[in-house]
Amino acid sequence: MITLAIPLAPTPAGRRQRRSVALRSLRGVALLAIAGLLAGCNMVVMNPAGDVAVQQRNLIIASTALMLLVILPVIALTFLFGWRYRASNTEATYDPDWHHSTQLEVVIWTVPLLIIIALGAMTWISTHTLDPYQPLTRLAPNKPVPADVKPLTVEVVALDWKWLFIYPELGVASLNEMAAPANVPLTFKITSSSVWNTFYVPALAGMIYAMPGMQTPLHAVMNQEGDFRGQSAHYSGSGFSRMNFDFRSLSHQGFEAWVAKVKDAGKSLDRAAYLDLEKPSEAEPVQYYGSVEDGLYAAILGMCVAPGQMCVGEMHHIDKTGGAGRESEANRERLDYDNRRLKTGHEPSGATFPASGRPPKGTVQPEGMMPRDQDLSRGGVNEPKTAPDQGQGNALPDADRGPAPAQLNTRPTERHQH
Amino acid sequence: MFSNLDLQQLIFGRLSLEAIPYHEPILLMTFVVVAVGGAALLGAITWYGKWGYLWEEWFTSVDHKKIGIMYVVLAIVMLLRGFADAIMMVTQKALSVGAAEGYLPPHHYDQIFTAHGTIMIFFMAMPFVTGVMNYVMPLQIGARDVAFPFLNNFSFWMTAGGAVLTMLSLFVGEFARTGWLAYPPLSGAAYSPGVGVDYYIWGLQVAGVGTTLSGINLIATIVKMRAPGMSMMKMPVFCWTTLCSNALIVTIFPVLTATLALLSLDRYVGTHFFTNDYGGNSMMYMNLIWIWGHPEVYVLVLPAFGIYSEVVSTFCGKRLFGYTSMVYATAVIAILSWLVWLHHFFTMGAGANVNAFFGITTMIISIPTGAKVFNWLFTMYRGRIRFETPMIWVMGFIPTFVLGGLTGVLLAVPPADFVLHNSLFLVAHFHNVIIGGVVFGLFAGVNYWFPKAFGYKLDPFWGKMSFWCWLVGFWVVFTPIYALGLMGVTRRTQHFDDPTLQPYLTAAAIGAVIIMAGIAAFIVQLIVSFVRREQLRDVTGDPWGGRTLEWSTSSPPPPYNFAVTPVVRDLDAWWDMKKRGQNQPQQGYKPIHMPKNTGAGVVLAGLSTVLGFAMIWYIWWLAALSFVGLVAAAIVHTFNYNRDYYIPAQEVVRFESLREAQLAERVRADA
Amino acid sequence: MHELTAPPGATAPVEYEEEHGHGDGGTLLGFWLYLMSDCLIFAVLFATFGVLGRNYAAGPSGADLFDLRLVAVNTGLLLLSSITYGFAMLEMDKDRIDATLKWLAITGLFGAGFLSIELYEFAHLFHEGATPQRSAFLSSFFTLVGTHGLHVTFGTIWLVTLMVQVRRYGLIAENRRRLMCLSMFWHFLDVVWIGVFTFVYLMGAMR
Repeated sequence: MITLAIPLAPTPAGRRQRRSVALRSLRGVALLAIAGLLAGCNMVVMNPAGDVAVQQRNLIIASTALMLLVILPVIALTFLFGWRYRASNTEATYDPDWHHSTQLEVVIWTVPLLIIIALGAMTWISTHTLDPYQPLTRLAPNKPVPADVKPLTVEVVALDWKWLFIYPELGVASLNEMAAPANVPLTFKITSSSVWNTFYVPALAGMIYAMPGMQTPLHAVMNQEGDFRGQSAHYSGSGFSRMNFDFRSLSHQGFEAWVAKVKDAGKSLDRAAYLDLEKPSEAEPVQYYGSVEDGLYAAILGMCVAPGQMCVGEMHHIDKTGGAGRESEANRERLDYDNRRLKTGHEPSGATFPASGRPPKGTVQPEGMMPRDQDLSRGGVNEPKTAPDQGQGNALPDADRGPAPAQLNTRPTERHQH
Repeated sequence: MFSNLDLQQLIFGRLSLEAIPYHEPILLMTFVVVAVGGAALLGAITWYGKWGYLWEEWFTSVDHKKIGIMYVVLAIVMLLRGFADAIMMVTQKALSVGAAEGYLPPHHYDQIFTAHGTIMIFFMAMPFVTGVMNYVMPLQIGARDVAFPFLNNFSFWMTAGGAVLTMLSLFVGEFARTGWLAYPPLSGAAYSPGVGVDYYIWGLQVAGVGTTLSGINLIATIVKMRAPGMSMMKMPVFCWTTLCSNALIVTIFPVLTATLALLSLDRYVGTHFFTNDYGGNSMMYMNLIWIWGHPEVYVLVLPAFGIYSEVVSTFCGKRLFGYTSMVYATAVIAILSWLVWLHHFFTMGAGANVNAFFGITTMIISIPTGAKVFNWLFTMYRGRIRFETPMIWVMGFIPTFVLGGLTGVLLAVPPADFVLHNSLFLVAHFHNVIIGGVVFGLFAGVNYWFPKAFGYKLDPFWGKMSFWCWLVGFWVVFTPIYALGLMGVTRRTQHFDDPTLQPYLTAAAIGAVIIMAGIAAFIVQLIVSFVRREQLRDVTGDPWGGRTLEWSTSSPPPPYNFAVTPVVRDLDAWWDMKKRGQNQPQQGYKPIHMPKNTGAGVVLAGLSTVLGFAMIWYIWWLAALSFVGLVAAAIVHTFNYNRDYYIPAQEVVRFESLREAQLAERVRADA
Repeated sequence: MHELTAPPGATAPVEYEEEHGHGDGGTLLGFWLYLMSDCLIFAVLFATFGVLGRNYAAGPSGADLFDLRLVAVNTGLLLLSSITYGFAMLEMDKDRIDATLKWLAITGLFGAGFLSIELYEFAHLFHEGATPQRSAFLSSFFTLVGTHGLHVTFGTIWLVTLMVQVRRYGLIAENRRRLMCLSMFWHFLDVVWIGVFTFVYLMGAMR
């Protein structure tokens, strides 16, 4: 699109005067529209700030150019042949039985083949060099990672509709805002608490899924200072649209100041605080945690923050050694994780009638979401939440571990009044 | 009170009056419109005493032509529903920027985008494609009907039953709000309790059975019932694409059925296939659903490629260029489509080798696809192109589709996909290939074969209006959506914080209105054509100068399709016959062996739909009853050995002489 | 119209065939295609078991639970039922209704025996707390084995229906075709069971 738009822009003014008024105004409108589109938009994917994203952008441009080698002639030929061999043009050759030409067949199979070979080679190489599992080898073109630079590790947790960032080396954490020093390699460890999300900072690097009980890595570097947008790119329930965060790329001093500010906030993120935070809520304001309980991230990853839970790692270990035998009923309760929302009476992220306890397709917001008649701009939108289950009517007092999933135990409850 | 509650639960499961969204103005209006329209339709049918006719001639019909038409009617109805969802989505997006919140709350919006995807793929594109294949393919191979005519009727009603269940979620309860592929763990019992995902599952399961059976049916038809002399390499390309498409259906729909069955076990029984805990593996769902999902794209687009091939060679008055390479390209696309599913989740964390492998296999598909496009181009070369409505759709298709292919190959490069995945760029891409490839092809096909099915052409003016609205509308919608994708904007968002996005979203909404005009023009085209049917009448059965066997019989064809079975000597069999001045014999007709109509398909599919509804709402007694009824009805049906009859020779003579008389009259009138 | 359209009624070399029947090959091909699609459902369940079969969720494994002797008896029953079905088909070829029915009945009994033992095994596992909800391993185990059992159940219902039909209408062409289809179905289930026995039970119990 961009490649097509650029040649249109510089039209010599002199030639334009000779055009008819209608044509001129038409062209004017088109130019205005294109200019407006280009000026108004910040095509962050095409104009990123991190080296990985820049390489990905370059790959998009190179692949597009390569493919246009065959696409443009095809489009041109479509119109050319359509015009030339129209039925009214009796001048043109008409050869109703011409249907085979070995040379042509070779060409039409070979040309795409050659392009795909080139593209395939590019793909193979770039997929390996830009593999999110691989630590960075360079900070920018011709700028390898200095030997003494240690990457900054950030543990990312996608919660029901907010992002938690834990800095294990610094012992601090933040919610819905992450900061990092520019030109320092970043190592992300990404997981999720309930359903899938993707961690995506378009200006920094490509996205990667955040999945509960699993960890995905990402290595990237931001080359410019500034505030960038981060988001979840994988639909995850009611509050998904507002599951955004600010990525603040700072100078070294700026970052140190930011860490100091976080530490000064004084709040501490322990297991109890995490379990409270983990409940669904939307558009949470930025929060800073000056200290983080040891092993919290590992427990989140192991789905065992709540007391008594068995961690996934321990379960894997038992399973590798052949299970826990017949007398292992006690482990069962310790592994129950997904049903925690239903058990504690919190509305799950994708609940529908009647389990949601709300009238179908109504205007009552799901639990954890902002009431819609409030000021909707970011920050300060969250009224103190009502106690769990007030007005939502989806508590399941008797939903305990049974043979059936919790939703089968749902009883019709009082409908929400609205 | 509690005993009351339990009794109510016993009888109605979790269904209650509150399930009906009477408080919601949008739905209330929709319901009123549907109810008034439906009542008017039913009233009209009753008034004119057409129930018997509909039941005898259509609902219980095993005639592949009537079933094909019913599939297409279902698809058009569902297109309207799916498009209504689309309009609601784009307007919500355009209105919900910055401080504005739009008119659809997230949990409602989420249902709409889920329903839009589900309906457009399963209940619009699939029945549309199946309907065209059903109608055209047996005629093209010179067969009397499909291999299993009853099964065909049953398949249709299963598809319709699935559509009914999906539509029901509009007025009774809610639909899934998980996205059209219902990824767990979000779609699991713990995170999506309620009827939404159950509606999704049962709608697709009921329809999926029909699709699989219809796939088996059409393959057996092509393999076993070709006219004498029609070797595989003399089949029209559309039959080849139908064969490959149905081969894909038969291999992938069982995977979908099994996958959704596992998801339902998770939801109903509490198993742990896709849960986070107890060793479940949600990544497995991703793999399984896309093992179905990627070939599904080719199930839809291959028959469309077949339509383009037929239309291009007919309207260029020229034999298709590179038939053999076209056939091989089709087969290669079908085979490769099984090997690319992982490109839908490069970002899930597979290693670089795996990602690169699947990226490259995906790109390889563009080679045979490219060859196909070139073959169409060189069919136009040295042709005499008549730009009738079907051909215009092809002219719109080629540039649109190749650009969609470009963005598709772009998404197949894993590192590029990392920044484009799940973005609006991706949304624009698959609409680009599905609208530009499949929908344009289906409109070309409808305009092309309509005179065969009804005996009169479609009005060209309104056809062209429809085409231009669709083409312009498509680009007005999806150019800004591509751009939004490059701005890093994600799909499935109900709200946008960034106010600078509004112009793009508004442009997209305007484009959707233009497409709406295109759909309206298509409906006007149908009405105008019906009104003007005497002017548009074609009695020759061959209005376009066709090349394949369907044009050798009358329009609409008699129930038995061909009074005598043609013998094929060349590809483009009818063209060859015309060239050699060969015509159908005028006497010596024999009685024709035909399958009998039966209501068993309606009954079985109806019971399946009731079973689905009962399972969705936990009405266990009804589920058990309908299941037992289903088994019993199937057994009773097998006791019916009286399934065929003969059309007497006199009847064939009567049909054929009627056609001759019409033809002679037209020749007189022309002279 | 197009210049190549032949005028109606023109005399021309008659190259039309009068009637080409569908024959029964279509049914057998169609049924075979159905079996292959069913085979893919089992393929998915096998793959699922392959992925989840070691995820015991800190619970019992196959080695803890399976009673191989019972499963061996079960396998024997099912294999025998395939042989007796074969005898039924041989009798059908000789047009002997009673002998055909006799062998079909024996096949049905073997099938019912197989199902009873399977139900007993399931009940036993449930009693031990090894329910499908206990772990992903047990979910995939019960689903794979249960789906096979469900197929055998439907096969048995079909078998009984066919016996009634053969008794009532004799070994007419339709019934022969149906017996052929059921034959393919029954042997197919046998093959699937061999896979289940090997991959689920033997490999599960031996580690």
